[in-house]
Amino acid sequence: MKRLFSMLSLSLAGAVQVFSQAATPSPSAALEAGIKSAQMNADNAWMLVSCALVLMMTGPGLALFYGGLVRKKNVLGTMMQSFILMAIATVLWALIGYSLSFADGSSFLGDFRYAFLEGVGADPNTTYAATIPHQTFMTFQMMFAIITPALITGAFAERMKFSAMVLFTILWSIVVYFPLAHMVWGNGGLLNAFLGGKIPCLDFAGGTVVHISSGVSALVCALVMGKRKGYPNEPMKPHSLVLSFIGACLLWVGWFGFNAGSALGSGSLATSAFVATHFGAAAAALGWLAAEWMMHGKPSVLGGISGAVAGLVAITPGAGFVKPMPALMIGFLAGIFCFYMVVKVKHMLGYDDSLDAFGVHGAGGTLGAILTGVFATKDINAPFKDAAGNALPVGLLEGNGGQVVNQLIGVGIAWVIAGVATFLLLKAVSAVTGGLNLSPEEETEGLDLSQHGEEGYNLEA
Amino acid sequence: MKKIEAVIQPFKLEEVKEALKAIGVDGMTVSEVRGHGRQKGHKEVYRGQEYQVDLLPKVKVEMVVASARADEVVRAVAAAAKTGKIGDGKIFVYDVADAIRIRNDERGEAAL
Repeated sequence: MKRLFSMLSLSLAGAVQVFSQAATPSPSAALEAGIKSAQMNADNAWMLVSCALVLMMTGPGLALFYGGLVRKKNVLGTMMQSFILMAIATVLWALIGYSLSFADGSSFLGDFRYAFLEGVGADPNTTYAATIPHQTFMTFQMMFAIITPALITGAFAERMKFSAMVLFTILWSIVVYFPLAHMVWGNGGLLNAFLGGKIPCLDFAGGTVVHISSGVSALVCALVMGKRKGYPNEPMKPHSLVLSFIGACLLWVGWFGFNAGSALGSGSLATSAFVATHFGAAAAALGWLAAEWMMHGKPSVLGGISGAVAGLVAITPGAGFVKPMPALMIGFLAGIFCFYMVVKVKHMLGYDDSLDAFGVHGAGGTLGAILTGVFATKDINAPFKDAAGNALPVGLLEGNGGQVVNQLIGVGIAWVIAGVATFLLLKAVSAVTGGLNLSPEEETEGLDLSQHGEEGYNLEA
Repeated sequence: MKKIEAVIQPFKLEEVKEALKAIGVDGMTVSEVRGHGRQKGHKEVYRGQEYQVDLLPKVKVEMVVASARADEVVRAVAAAAKTGKIGDGKIFVYDVADAIRIRNDERGEAAL
């Protein structure tokens, strides 16, 4: 109580000080400056937390999620594939990635004005986020450039050479990620709904840029690289669903930074995206579990966490555009749809997308992108305005049926770029590194020993 | 001397150890093993991928006793490990040619 009182008196004293300072030059100007600085500090605080949350999604979140799903001889190698991107994608982003993604340029790619982070400092970039330092915006976007290639690693788990994986993800970032990020989020990008895109496509936090691009590339990786030795006849059970469970829950929490952080401020849009994100995950977990319980007789933990991730993926493009009830619906549908893609379609078609990067991220991202065009509402976020500045309808249910078409075009462009570029890049990388896959002996030995010379579990040590 | 090798359900290990202690058997080697007899395995499903798990976790208890006591020990182990359900395990009895206590070179039953 005493402490509370002293805190109160301190803050009162602070307020008095602010007012007395404001009184000297011009009261209203100083007050305005004070309010602006307070808002910048508040927004910056939330955005820095969001940056950290999104990094946590890659390591340890995704690393644990994927690491638990592989056999124990591959646990370190799989975690390393996520971890190394925390280093590689960061350096690449600082050198050219941020500039190619977010500098002004053509409709498809930014120019080099921000190369080596030239001019990216404390002053806000008012085009993107007027209330946070430009450097914060750059850092937040960097975390997305880290996790996106890391998601792909689920498709070639347990069988790709480390050297080939490193080279592939560097080239993929340059050829697929930076252009797509520019097209959807960059100033003047072809698909940017807010900044003058010719085909306004809604993607709040990366349904197209992150999940469709990584998911479709994952499918191409699985097709080009073929199956793991012995798949599907030899047992390849997840070695620790406990690790996967922890990883999935970290992903869920980190996703608040991913989606609510994409509001680029700490206002009510961030809250709305936060709520939609959480509701999407919850409903999708139930959707997947319900489908699984009916079809296989048992609701599994792996099913529950897979469903939650599928829901988080699907709500990502719409998180800042839809109300809570549509968020529940998008999540529930995504849970059932991704269950079907992972459990039925994959086995029917026979490809070995080992950890279901396509079935969850490609499929969930595509569904989410389309449903965003259905449920988006100007009550939450209004990208389209008439000449007088009044908000125009956004989604199909508000009467803007054309938005679904735009979403489909955006999805189509992402599919084609990711699919074609990944195929060509894999061929090129293979030529350089003498094949993409581990030798059969190395694959039997496992990633940990053959690629890194260590083991995840030395229980006798 | 006889070697008695019992492959039992893991959750029965404590009861078997108690039973052996009760009749004065004070040496044994225990290992975690996997196997199956008529029990067969069970089915596991991970994201729709079904695995038939044939080899189930079991515990193997090995001990060497004087020939005169072998029957008594076998009966004690069997009684303690029994649930009456399929999968309870098996006991095997072998002749042992010799035994040596490494510490002081005692041989035969004296080394047990």
